[in-house]
Amino acid sequence: MSLVLNEDQQMLQQAARNFCQKHTPISQLRQLRDSRDEHGFDRQAYQQMVELGWTGMSLPEAYGGFEFGHSGLAVVLEETGRTLTCSPLIASVLLGGNLIYALGNEAQKQALLPGLIAGDLLLALAIDETPFHNPTRIQTRAERQGDHYLLNGRKTLVLDGHVADKLLIVARSSGSDDSVEGLSVFLLDRNSPGLEVTRQWMVDSRNSASMVLDDVKVSAEDLLGSEGQAWQSLEQVLDIARVGLAAEMLGSIQESFARIVDYLNQRQQFGVLIGSFQGLQHRAAVMYSEIELCTSIVRAAVAALDNRELAAQQVAALASAAKAKLSEVAELVSNEGVQMHGGIGMTDEFDIGFFIKRARVAQQFLGDAAFHRDRYASLNNF
Amino acid sequence: MTNLQEFRESTRQWLEENCPQSMRTTMVADEIVWGGRKAEFKNPDSKLWLERMAEKGWTCPTWPAEYGGGGLSKDEAIVLQQELDRINARPALTSFGISMLGPVLLEYGSHEQKAEHIPKIVRGEIRWCQGYSEPGAGSDLASLSTRAELQGENYLINGSKVWTSYADKADWIFCLVRTDFEVPKHAGISFILFDMASEGVSTRPIQLISGASPFCETFFDNVKVPAGNLVGEVNDGWSIAKRLLQHERTMISSFGLASGQGDRGGVTSTMDSVEGAAMHYRGDKGKLSDPVLRDDIARFKIDSEAFAHTSRRSVEETKQGGPNATSSMLKYYGCELNKRRYELLLRSLGSQSLGWEGEGFADEELQVTREWLRSKANSIEGGTLEVQLNIIAKRVLGLPDLLSLSKK
Repeated sequence: MSLVLNEDQQMLQQAARNFCQKHTPISQLRQLRDSRDEHGFDRQAYQQMVELGWTGMSLPEAYGGFEFGHSGLAVVLEETGRTLTCSPLIASVLLGGNLIYALGNEAQKQALLPGLIAGDLLLALAIDETPFHNPTRIQTRAERQGDHYLLNGRKTLVLDGHVADKLLIVARSSGSDDSVEGLSVFLLDRNSPGLEVTRQWMVDSRNSASMVLDDVKVSAEDLLGSEGQAWQSLEQVLDIARVGLAAEMLGSIQESFARIVDYLNQRQQFGVLIGSFQGLQHRAAVMYSEIELCTSIVRAAVAALDNRELAAQQVAALASAAKAKLSEVAELVSNEGVQMHGGIGMTDEFDIGFFIKRARVAQQFLGDAAFHRDRYASLNNF
Repeated sequence: MTNLQEFRESTRQWLEENCPQSMRTTMVADEIVWGGRKAEFKNPDSKLWLERMAEKGWTCPTWPAEYGGGGLSKDEAIVLQQELDRINARPALTSFGISMLGPVLLEYGSHEQKAEHIPKIVRGEIRWCQGYSEPGAGSDLASLSTRAELQGENYLINGSKVWTSYADKADWIFCLVRTDFEVPKHAGISFILFDMASEGVSTRPIQLISGASPFCETFFDNVKVPAGNLVGEVNDGWSIAKRLLQHERTMISSFGLASGQGDRGGVTSTMDSVEGAAMHYRGDKGKLSDPVLRDDIARFKIDSEAFAHTSRRSVEETKQGGPNATSSMLKYYGCELNKRRYELLLRSLGSQSLGWEGEGFADEELQVTREWLRSKANSIEGGTLEVQLNIIAKRVLGLPDLLSLSKK
């Protein structure tokens, strides 16, 4: 297992970097925000991502994918992080696509995955119910009635929830709160009767929605996998998305840091470059060191996703290690990004503010640093 | 079958036949083999193990066979280390000759110097110490003032060094001396080797806060050293000095690797698992009961894991695997990790970590206390953490250097 990108991955990295700089620069995010864009992302750019093969990278050829492994999409996400690119890659592909592949039956995979890879179908995973990520604390109920289920409950922070064509709803049909037993995933049209979707305007200008499910009727055929048995696959897919998100965060952190170092080498005060002050140099050197560790743990976690010899528990521990570490360093570097730019860092006109906003959302999404340290400790038996 | 596989099999077989059984156990501190004229072998097997390994040059696997080294490729050396690890073999020899002097002598030394010194390092016949810091030259090492004056065939050396690790046990010293006082400070330094048994050399151990005395003050009073012992060009010793520091940092940064091996020559104990110790002393089963300590230990372990991957990545990225600009980052971070480890161990053991000697404290508890104090030196020796951060800022990040003004 190598921690250095191979030739294929380097080519992909360069292609992704070129694409993001040209088609999804930060100015695009600014425009989407200022125009209160209906979709919250650039559909044309997403279609180009589809053509570049980004939506099918880890999925099997049988469904139109390329079987490039998870490492491919991680390389791409790192680049989208540099430009703060908004796209459905995390919600639709990492969470939605992988969950259908892991849980769905053959008919469901055939029906959904080719469309997802072609960019015609957008998915969103509705899991969180409180302000704190806790994937086993599910109170949304699923009650079987003949050939269908009735869903009741509330969801929040559903990434891309207001634009997705279909929603993947995590609901409980048995078991107590917090139990890993009794969890099921249902596939639901966004316009199903009884389902109320409200767009949430987030600080990072990305798409999110809250939902209320009031006696929503869903056919038993739209249950993914066996009733009450979703947890194992769900947890594995969450880990894939956590690592993917960590890769995106790595790109954002690296870009923030590059902007900091550039500024230290440009801005003059007291007749010298501020980068010559030891008080700033040492903080920059500490950040550099932390970012080196981030790069390594992300590469190791990505490699673990593609390594079939590792036990599930080892993969999970590495995913949590990566998400915890990246969340911690994202906070450090995004704060320093504003502080070291001084007054100009506080202005909306300057781009560094977009990084701190995205950092906080990415830090909390799918579990913050404390959540993942707790999980890492449990996985390591202490 | 590839050559590497063949090498693995022949190595495995050789180790099977030649590594004594008692050398396949975890190292204990007082059996570490440092070599030298005054070498002590508490366990006679460790002498046998050293002789056999040295015979093949495997104490220094990648050094040229011409000078007694193993002559192995980097890949072969990795295989050798894997096979040694597989049987839990102890390091046959631990020395500053191997980790610091040898690599720079191979790079900068003359053929005669290599032929004289390298084989003795490989065989552990001469134990080396490092004459770098002086009372007036710590972080600002280049301001050193130990004087070397050429008189006929010899240099006459006068001055003193401090923090000379194990100077009282060493046979030879690699030493930075000033050979020109009239030029900018970096331009008047030379790198010279001499015998600690020479007339005019004296040492005095320094007692540290840990109670141990691994460092000495070393005094030179008209010490005569043959001019041929100077390595490289006269007044060009600073580049050699810096190169050696990179090797030293690489060695010290290994302190931070998860196993804690390196600083203790591969010694392990039940204290190796901080979380294990924390649960043991609280009588916890399954989950550590102190949530704050548990969170801090998790953060430490995640950082340790990320650091270990970073060390590996650094080796992968540097094809030769030699020291590079990242050695400062590894040194800085590795040392901070080791210090964190001991602070966490203190919290894990509670007041059992606060003994100094005598009844009521187990040996391994007392050892934690002493090593906690010892660990404080990690971010001072081999260049303080502040110096490492300076180097990162200047050489890696390319930030402007205000200090350069004062170097003139």
